[in-house]
This record gives sequence, structure tokens and C-alpha cells, in this order.
Amino acid sequence: MSAPLFPQDEAELSAAIIDAAGPLQILGGGTRTIGRISEGQKLSTAQLKGIVLYEPGALTLVAKTGTSIADIVTALAAENQKLAFEPMDHRIMLGTEGTPTLGGVMAANVSGPRRIQVGAARDFALGVSFVDGSGQFLKNGGRVMKNVTGYDLVKLMAGSWGTLGVLSEVALKVLPVSETQATLKIHVSYWDHAVACMSAALGTPFDVSGAATVCDAAGGLGVIIRVEGFDASIRYRMTELKARLAKFGETEEISDPWAEVKDLPAWALLDTVWKVSVRPTDALNIITMMKELQKDYGFSCQLDWGGGLMWLGLDAKQACDLLACIQLHTALQGLVAQLGGHATLMKSDILSKQDIPHFQPLSRPVEMITQTLRGKFDPRGILNPGRMN
Amino acid sequence: MEMPQPNLEILLKKAKVAAALRAVLPHDAVIDDPSETRAYECDALTAYRCPPMIAVLPSTTQQVSDVLKICHHEGVPVVPRGSGTSLAGGALPTADCVILGVAKMSQVLETDYENRLIRVQSGRTNLSVSGAVEEEDFFYAPDPSSQLACAISGNIAMNSGGAHCLKYGVTTNNLLGVTMVMMDGEIVEIGGGHLDSSGLDILGIICGSEGQLGVVTEATLRILPKPEGARPVMIAFDSNEVAGACVADIIKAGVLPVAIEFMDRPIIEICENFAKAGYPDCEALLIVEVEGSETEIQDQLDRICTIAQKHNPVELRQSQSDAESAAIWLGRKSAFGAVGQVADYMCLDGTIPVSALPEVLRRIKELSKLYGLRVGNVFHAGDGNMHPLIMFDANKEGDLDLCEAMGADVLRLCVEVGGCLTGEHGVGIEKRDLMEDQYSASDLEIQMAVKDVFDPGWLLNPAKVFPLSVSESRRAS
Repeated sequence: MSAPLFPQDEAELSAAIIDAAGPLQILGGGTRTIGRISEGQKLSTAQLKGIVLYEPGALTLVAKTGTSIADIVTALAAENQKLAFEPMDHRIMLGTEGTPTLGGVMAANVSGPRRIQVGAARDFALGVSFVDGSGQFLKNGGRVMKNVTGYDLVKLMAGSWGTLGVLSEVALKVLPVSETQATLKIHVSYWDHAVACMSAALGTPFDVSGAATVCDAAGGLGVIIRVEGFDASIRYRMTELKARLAKFGETEEISDPWAEVKDLPAWALLDTVWKVSVRPTDALNIITMMKELQKDYGFSCQLDWGGGLMWLGLDAKQACDLLACIQLHTALQGLVAQLGGHATLMKSDILSKQDIPHFQPLSRPVEMITQTLRGKFDPRGILNPGRMN
Repeated sequence: MEMPQPNLEILLKKAKVAAALRAVLPHDAVIDDPSETRAYECDALTAYRCPPMIAVLPSTTQQVSDVLKICHHEGVPVVPRGSGTSLAGGALPTADCVILGVAKMSQVLETDYENRLIRVQSGRTNLSVSGAVEEEDFFYAPDPSSQLACAISGNIAMNSGGAHCLKYGVTTNNLLGVTMVMMDGEIVEIGGGHLDSSGLDILGIICGSEGQLGVVTEATLRILPKPEGARPVMIAFDSNEVAGACVADIIKAGVLPVAIEFMDRPIIEICENFAKAGYPDCEALLIVEVEGSETEIQDQLDRICTIAQKHNPVELRQSQSDAESAAIWLGRKSAFGAVGQVADYMCLDGTIPVSALPEVLRRIKELSKLYGLRVGNVFHAGDGNMHPLIMFDANKEGDLDLCEAMGADVLRLCVEVGGCLTGEHGVGIEKRDLMEDQYSASDLEIQMAVKDVFDPGWLLNPAKVFPLSVSESRRAS
């Protein structure tokens, strides 16, 4: 296998793709080992570095895709601004090393708990530059917050996992850091109460910016609700939320738990992890199915985005039976297809060598559209082939 | 504005196509009498008109599918139409096309407050989506100024915004899923009640594709709890530069207003004469609106006023009541009507980086002198979405051409300073021929390749978005 390629600029990136004799494995920092990692020569954007433009007064930052998220966050913090979609750092959960980059975050459309309030990574991408599978350098969108000039390929590129083109530059919308934040914990007894409690919180006019569940060491279930803003406003909203959510269980104000909700450090120890996106109330159907299929073994579950994002996990003991695991994976993607949504296998020792779809299988017409689109952007099929299967 | 020559072969098939359509639609849903098709000859870009060959008004997704199958089979171009409020000519027919209007498809299919979403047929008007969830104190956030009339289908086609999108985003940020019919009649479900896509973000390219990829018949939309209250402050300045600097300072300070509207002197004067809103005599006026509880509103308005005071405003008027809020908004909301009273006008919507505001306003003023046409500027300053209104006299020979030439120069200016041709109205036919000023040939080619995927025969709204010379070989195939 040839040595990994690290193009220094867009011209080198384009040349590397044109010269590729076979499949390429497209990487940013290589921290998100999700999906079927393709064979082939590694092509990393890690050397396409630097913030190209930052206008705090316009809430806009443009950077090369190899720029680390840490560098962007530092530059923003100096102006009291932030990446509002708070991208998850997958390293701990997946046990990977390397440096998360802007390109990786956009290619995988990575968001965190605040997604429920402000939108996903794709909603903050204003423009992209990329090189497609033919080596053509292309641009779409721009650096302004409203832009409907032509088709929105920015959204298409976000979350395409490097299969349509290799991102070289991204323009982002950024937001001010809130003066303060507070988190309310509600101790609940059952999963259905947890979902109802999060729905109730998100149905208030108090601008909830996080709604997730936590399980404490003793096995107790809690709902956590975050509000952010100016101090006086936070006090007011916390009081109102406490009053309205008390019917779901005992409430208490707790210190900031959101880094753990976002990055799932405790999930590093698990063998198998799925990420599921469904309507929040449908999360309960999935929990029922999991309880049934895993009744002999048990499983881990955390809800985020008011229940719209589910993390499901099995430790080594819970994932000891290969056939049962395959059956579980199939049943999970099957139920999610029926409910509407998607289930992605994030990691698994037991299932990794199995011939199963890591990403949610698409409906027939959507699969057709997807394949034809790929053919247009990457006619030779060399960019991360099979990654999203 | 050039449009393709109608295809004679198709015109000769009119009776056959109409009969086929009548076989799949209720009798009154097929309109082919020239005295009636005229009702569909234009949208809100009224300078261009052309009655379609036939107009159809289906009521269900299945009927839309049946219509498209027939048109696909016969090779007839189809122009989808919501309420016909496009300012860019997005629903302008060609003489050989079938207009597919979704106006009869206005039902609410599902409201789900627990999961904060609503599913509607796409012909439903924007405001009536909010109306359907109002009793539970929810609303649908994107609020284009035509929201009383415009349909969700058109909002999705153009990825419409509005005054309040600084906080809530535009259509694409509030759209969860669609049912769409492809040109060959196939019905596709994309997205749904969940967030994000695990495959390619197909929903993301459908939104804003100007009815060129498919006909959206149903949409799942995110709804939000209504804020407790909202109030604006009006701040007047003696220069555009200072007003622009004040906007940047407000944004940097971490206050995130729901709207920051900017008006320049010509617009202030016209609006004041028309609406008598009590606007001061000044060069630039900002209306900044914040939301929340009474104390939160007061707290945010105080912060904004403190920032504004540093820029020595000519006047600063904090609304203390609903009546005062209405008075502050009155002039701004009647801006388009007020300008319409004094002249014909063309409304542009180029977007620029906020930092380029003073330069762009200065250069628009120069262009105004050069062309001898008055220009007023009213726009969403928080996100740089400009709305220069170029005034002209439609009855004066050559004035429309002059106005269009000046409009093109203004839009090129927006692109030059790092912005774009259109922030929320769409390209349609209006900005079609300027696309090469913003995008390279290969950037346009890849967008057209996307259309090839969905509509290989280029039958859906084919003469829009891409310059005719650029799309010619595809349309002819």
C-alpha cells in the first residue's frame, strides 16, 4: 500500500485524485471510524490548514478543512463566540486517536446536544469548496447567512462522508457564547416519563438548549434540561421550568453535565454502540423491543435531543452471542425503517466483520437517487467506496 | 428576458394531453380554455407573462403522480406552482407547458405537539400552518412577507426566509421531510419526523431547487412554542455607516435579536408619507426586535440601547406597549406597498457580508445616480439580506430595461463583495442570466448534473435557474 497522501493545497488535492489508480480512503483527522472503512490509499486533508477569514460582527468564519476543531474553538472563544452545534468528539467512545478537524465534522454532519435547539452542523455550513471524484475543484454556497442562489450542494456535501468529494474549505455561521447556563435535573421513574418530561420542556417558550437523559450509578433515571442566556433570564426560566416539570419527579439544579452527554466517555467500555434517530415518542417503541430481545442480557440507553437521538449499547457480556447480535441489529434497523428514522452501527467488536449494513438501508427510490448522484460526483467510484453502506 | 421557443409538436398535442389529464383528474381540475389559462400567465414578477398550454389543479399526491406520468410520457414540460407569489418568476409558464398548481392541496395531515411537528399538504399557505397550531401556542417560524398568500410548496422550492430568520433559520432549517413526486410519476418519501439523514442529505438539495427536481406534495415541518412576548426598539442614525457599525456591535455583544431591519432615507421618507408611522428625519433607521418574558425583553432592550447610545443615535424609541410596537413596525411592513404607490419598482434580494454594508450602500447610491433611477433600501441587516427597491416607470419606453440593467449591476456588486445574487427569493428567470457571475462553468455543471439525476429529460421547470445557453443541450435532448 502506498504512503498516505497529505495534499498541501487544493491543486495538490485535485492532482492526487486525478492520479489515483484505485480507491481512496478519505480522512480528516481519522477520529471517526464509523461505517465500513474502505480499502485503498489514504488521502488526508490534515495539511489543508488555517482560518481564512473570521468576521465576528458578521458571525462568519471560513477555514480550510484540515483546521482542527480545537483551533477553531480557540479562535472563536477569543471573540466570545462558539460553534453552536457543539460537535461531538468521538475519540473517547470509539477509542480513536488523532485530531478532529472541520472537514471531518462537516463530512459526517456531527452535532451535539444543542442540535435540538439550533440545528445540526449542516445548518451552520454556509459554503463549501471541494474536489470531486474527477479532480474538479468546485464551490457552492458562499459566506453569507442567506443564500438561495442555485442548488444547495452545501447540505448535500455535509454528511456525505467524503463519498461525493473531498472538502477543502468550509464557511461557517457561528454564534455568541451565552453569558451563563443552568441545568435542571428531574428524577423520573420510567422511560415514558422521561420522554414526556423532555417533550413538556421543549414545548415551553423557555428556549431549552439541551434535553437528555442520564443514568446514575445506582441505576436511577434522570432527565436533564439546559437553558442558556443572560443571568436574569436564566433565573426566570429555571423557576418556570421547575414549576412545570415537577409533576414528572423531584427536581434539582446540577452543575454542567453536558460534556459527558455529548462525548459519551462512559461508552468507551462498551463493545457495540448504535446511534438511532427517530421521532422522540418512537424511542419508546425501540426501548420496548430492546428489552424484549435483550431480556437475558440487558443493554445501555441514553436519550438526547428530547428523545430524537438514542444511543444504544451492549458491553462484552451483553454482546456475547453473535447470532443474537446480528438479529438485534437487523431488528433494530427494521423497526426504525418502519417508524421512520435511521439506526447506525457506531462501533462493534462482535459485528465488525459481519456482512451487515452499518448505515440504515435506504428505500428503493432513495437508493436509486443516491447511486445516480454518486455516479455524477464520483464517476470512477474511488472516494470512500462503500463507506455509507 | 429570453424564454425558449415553444415546441410546436407539443402545442399540436394539446387536445390529446388535455384528454389524458381529464381521464385522471376531476373535470374542473383541468383548465385548457385560453380565457382561463390566462389566470396562470405570471407570478408576482408581473413584468413577464405567458399563458400555459394547460393548467391542472390536482388534490392528492396520487393525482400529481398521474399528471406527471402523462406529461413524462408525452414529453410535456411541467411548471409547478404554489400560490404564484414568486418575485423571481419561478412559476412563469412557457406556452407549451402544463402548470401544475397545488392550491387545492391545503389540508393539515397531522399535528404532533409532543414531537413538535406538523405534516401538511404543500399547497397550504405559510401563515395557515401557524394558524393550525396556534391554539396550542406553537408556530411555524419562517415568515416571508408574502406569508398570508404564499404556499409551503413555494417556500420549499425557494428555501424562503423572512424577517425572523436571524434567530429561527430559513425553510431548510425547519423542514423535516417531504413526499415528492418525481417527473416520471414515482412517489418518494424523504426524511420524516426524525432529525438528519443517515444517507446523503437529499432533503437538503430538494429544498431550494426551485421545482426542478420534483413536485413536493406533502411536507413535515418543525413547529416551535411561541415566545411569551416580543418588542422592538427603533434606532435612528445620521449615516448608514454608523447604523451598520451598530448592527455589528449588537451581534458581537451576544444579544441575538429575532430581527434587525434596516431602512435608508429614501425608504424612510416614502414609508413615512404613506403610513405616518412617526419615523424621525434621519439617514438610517434600525428596528431591532427581541423576544422573551417581560423582564427578559426589558433586559435585552436595555443592552441594545446601551450599545446604540455609543453610536450617538438621532433618536432611540423603545416600545413600551403592543400599540407602540405596531407603530414601529407599521412603516417597515408597509414599505413595499408604499413604494408601489409612488412608482413601479423592482425588488432585489442580493445578500452581502454585514461588514460590506456601508460600501455597498454607497455604491448603490452611485449606481442610482448613474442610471437616473431612485433606489430605496430596506433589508434584514442581521444577516446581510438586502432588498434594494429600484423605482421606474413601466409606461416609459426603455425604463424597465434600464431598471433591469441597474439591478444586474447591483447584484454583481453583491457578488463582488463576497455575497450572492439571491438570499431568499430564488433565481427563477430574474437572476438566471447572472448565474455565471457567481458560479464558474464547472460549478454550474455539477448543479445541472444533479438535475439530470432527478429529471433526466429536463421537463420540470426547465427554463429557470440556469442560463438558457448553458442548459440548452440538456433541454433539447
